[in-house]
Amino acid sequence: MTALSGLRKIFAVVSVVGLSVACTQAVQHSSDINEPVTQGAPPTMRLISQAQYLQTVDAIFGEDIVTKVRFAPVYRTEGLVAIGATTSVMTPGALEPIEESARAIARQVVSSKYREHLFSCKLTSADLRDDECARGFLGNVGRLLYRRPLTQNELEGAVETAGASVGAAGDFYYGLSVALARMLVSRQFLYINETAEPDPERPGKWRLDSYSKASRLSFFLWNAAPDSALLTAAEAGELNTRKGLTRQVERMLASPRLEYGVRAFFSDMLVLEGFNVLAKDPIIYPVFSSKVVSQAQEQLLRTIVNHLLAKNGDYRDLFVTRSTSMTRDLAAVYGLSVPAKLNQWVSYEFPEGSARGGLITQVGFLAKYSHPGRASATQRGRGLRETLLCQRVPDPPPDIDFSLFEDPAGEFRTARERLSAHSTNPVCAGCHKLTDPIGLVMESFDGAGQFRETEGGVELDTSGAFDGVAVSDAVDLGKALRDNPAVISCLVSRLYGYSTARKFDLADREILEYLMIRFRDGGYRFPDFLRTITTSKAFYAVKLPVPDGVKLASHDHQ
Amino acid sequence: MLIKNKPMNRRRVLRGVLGGGAVAVSLPFFDCFLNSNGTALAATNAPLPTRFGTWFWGLGMNGPVFIPKKVGADFDLPEEIAPLKDVKQHINLFTNFSIPTDGRANLCHYSGWVALRCGSTPRERNDLANESLDLPISRAIGAGSRFRLLNLSATGNPRDSYSFQSSDAINPTEISAVDAYRKIFGPDFQDPNSPTFTPDPRMLVRKSVLSSVLEEQKTLNNTLGASDKARLDQYFTSIRELEGRLEVQLQKPPPAPLCVVPSEVPGEISAGLDYERVEERHRAMTDLLAMALTCNQTRVFNMLYSNSGSNLTKKGTDQTHHAITHEELIDEHLGYQVRSSWYLRESMKSFAYFIQTLAGQPEGDGSLLDHSLIYAHSDNEFAKTHNLDGAPMFTVGRASGRLKTGLHIDGKGEIATRLGYTVQRVMGLPIGEWGTASLRTSREIGEILV
Repeated sequence: MTALSGLRKIFAVVSVVGLSVACTQAVQHSSDINEPVTQGAPPTMRLISQAQYLQTVDAIFGEDIVTKVRFAPVYRTEGLVAIGATTSVMTPGALEPIEESARAIARQVVSSKYREHLFSCKLTSADLRDDECARGFLGNVGRLLYRRPLTQNELEGAVETAGASVGAAGDFYYGLSVALARMLVSRQFLYINETAEPDPERPGKWRLDSYSKASRLSFFLWNAAPDSALLTAAEAGELNTRKGLTRQVERMLASPRLEYGVRAFFSDMLVLEGFNVLAKDPIIYPVFSSKVVSQAQEQLLRTIVNHLLAKNGDYRDLFVTRSTSMTRDLAAVYGLSVPAKLNQWVSYEFPEGSARGGLITQVGFLAKYSHPGRASATQRGRGLRETLLCQRVPDPPPDIDFSLFEDPAGEFRTARERLSAHSTNPVCAGCHKLTDPIGLVMESFDGAGQFRETEGGVELDTSGAFDGVAVSDAVDLGKALRDNPAVISCLVSRLYGYSTARKFDLADREILEYLMIRFRDGGYRFPDFLRTITTSKAFYAVKLPVPDGVKLASHDHQ
Repeated sequence: MLIKNKPMNRRRVLRGVLGGGAVAVSLPFFDCFLNSNGTALAATNAPLPTRFGTWFWGLGMNGPVFIPKKVGADFDLPEEIAPLKDVKQHINLFTNFSIPTDGRANLCHYSGWVALRCGSTPRERNDLANESLDLPISRAIGAGSRFRLLNLSATGNPRDSYSFQSSDAINPTEISAVDAYRKIFGPDFQDPNSPTFTPDPRMLVRKSVLSSVLEEQKTLNNTLGASDKARLDQYFTSIRELEGRLEVQLQKPPPAPLCVVPSEVPGEISAGLDYERVEERHRAMTDLLAMALTCNQTRVFNMLYSNSGSNLTKKGTDQTHHAITHEELIDEHLGYQVRSSWYLRESMKSFAYFIQTLAGQPEGDGSLLDHSLIYAHSDNEFAKTHNLDGAPMFTVGRASGRLKTGLHIDGKGEIATRLGYTVQRVMGLPIGEWGTASLRTSREIGEILV
């Protein structure tokens, strides 16, 4: 069996729900194989996300600029909002807060408090239009917002907008703010619109143009628009050379801004927006405050970032690591005491033999996949399969007979007793065997993620099985998860889909298999894997968008 | 109706609007606003606008205690809809209508509301084949008001919006009364009763900026794919709508004699789905909505009380309403799910509050509600079995005299989209049919038409 054919088998099985994933060992190493040729897909036009918008504004104007905006929800495609953004439509209701935010940002940028830091041109008079100063400012800022130099028409249009808005009262900075607000509400800023150009190295084929490459790279690694250095490299054509591309990739991987990119990816993959509406019953779980909700989400992200970036750890160990970060409020949910001040984060390591270890034993995961007033083995099992293994668990049939689960005499004291009925009902068993055996292993944590040994006065039995592997408790489940090949194939497919913002088809199988081999041979180190992806040809591959025509490179850059 | 056929005066207005609370309100000069019949604006003789809205609650009903025994007028109010006692004269109830899926799967807590909103059952989740009916209505009647559409969700969840152009274009919803207040009555609000009006020059600048963005549409080249081009077209349409809103803002607002800006920003309500918090959000949003309608800020709205898989809870209990619908026994003596019914009765209490609030808002020769048509429905009939057929529906209000009220209509198994079609026709849409496949209809429900 070759490496590719072995891994092909893994992809085949993880795409089907409910079967054991055979652990197939690839025998070939990445040094033995070349990157397969990838056809790619038509260039995308995706809506900038709220986080990308905020990161970009912060990077250009500084973190002191207060930006309050709520984007309309985007629906997931193939498990990712990043792909849904390529078809998302901006309704009037969605545009309205963006227009409001644009004006608020622009007002602050030109305010007397910030203008000196952001505006270097010396005005003859602040109450007159000054096209030269406006041109300098708008040209620089516009390049960063549009992710390419402005066309002559765009620049002169912006200068005219600024000048014409100075008004009879005479306020140059007001005029400037109007022109800036217009940029912030423009399609050029709000839509990340990729453009293809003929590939001189492959006659008849196409490639992303340099600025589109820069955007794809920057939004993936930093979750923000390209900085000036990256745009300069694009302008010089450096991103079309191996050496120039590598230089930029290394610079970006070494930047602290990489953390934003990693956070954004895992927020998408793990569906962390669910925390925005997470709440627990205040009587049943009085310790689970709204502050705990946000800190539980942050704990997941800190654990991921620290493990993958600061420690350069093996991705699989995220499911077994005892290292995390803790606050005083979170510690109360964990039943711990930590030497932390209010709202202060401190490093924490669960002791060996602890009931905690790995992401799935953290309060964030356990509480997210629970009811407001009780734990849910089914939700936890489903959440694990869908987000960490990329497996789809079907919805229950609509006309199911629930009489088996009714409990008029209050005889079911534990979830295991209640859910045991599922396994005896063939209609339920098909799906619940995918979720419940996993979820019941996590029953030693209540709906708020607090540890417990009993439920309803009955000692909990947390034994179970995960894809053929017997497990005794949640930590054990984390170990089984760590060694499950679907964890890797899921991460690879999600990350590649996220980075290119597109759905896969059969033609992508070989590149996914190749990336899995590279990930494995790199010791499952995340930064290395980001390097593999961003220096691959596949990451930038595009083909003609048949039959609608092709987006040609032009100065108009739609 | 509080003041029908009685002349308005300031004292009556304050009592009606604010329950007699001590609030300083400038005295509007009513006489010049309405014609002698109180049915039209005196200045233009244009009829008072008819508003359209939807109201949604999740998890259906318990038929034995929801469906009246009697059909037609003077129908009875079984226990689950008993909270509607004081507003019965404003509603029509529709039961026993069907939602055939034409062989498509019944997607739990999804297929029902999708069918009732857009006339088509989905093939899969996120399949929204047609736009929701509030959109063509907003295009027909929304012009001239500041917001073409106002969406409010008492669940506090931004994903709880049943207003859509497609699955890629869901209209966002307000999830906080505080944000809704700022949106409606914030700095851009122009008091229609202000004795003076001076167009804000900065509003003019904003409008010209959006106009210049629109100019770009003419210069787009044709290198985009069809779907991306359609998306950009929608972006420009949205820009145009914002521009139109600013155009409205630049005109002297038409008089709205009973418009009283709420004197206080509503209190912030934290996230959570315990019914008390949801009801509190719903009350605050309803109060704002009533005044937004009175102040001519919008003519079309969607209010969501609970979503289709409602996870409302009661403090101290470990089951959500949704879980209860599946796990609770049907009481063998009473014939329904008692605990689930408790939540549904709470839904109906909030529905009654909503109706009362609009009915208590005087307008012209009657009330705001008299000049409104509200289409209310749930997502299924009995949530325990997700049965679509028989999903309960209501209309509320007389649509400026175009609808009868106080009727219980037995659909006798006919398709539920007849009601959606009827309300669109009543709102003036020139459509000959609505819906797809077995849900396609061209038959109004004549019993409710005047």
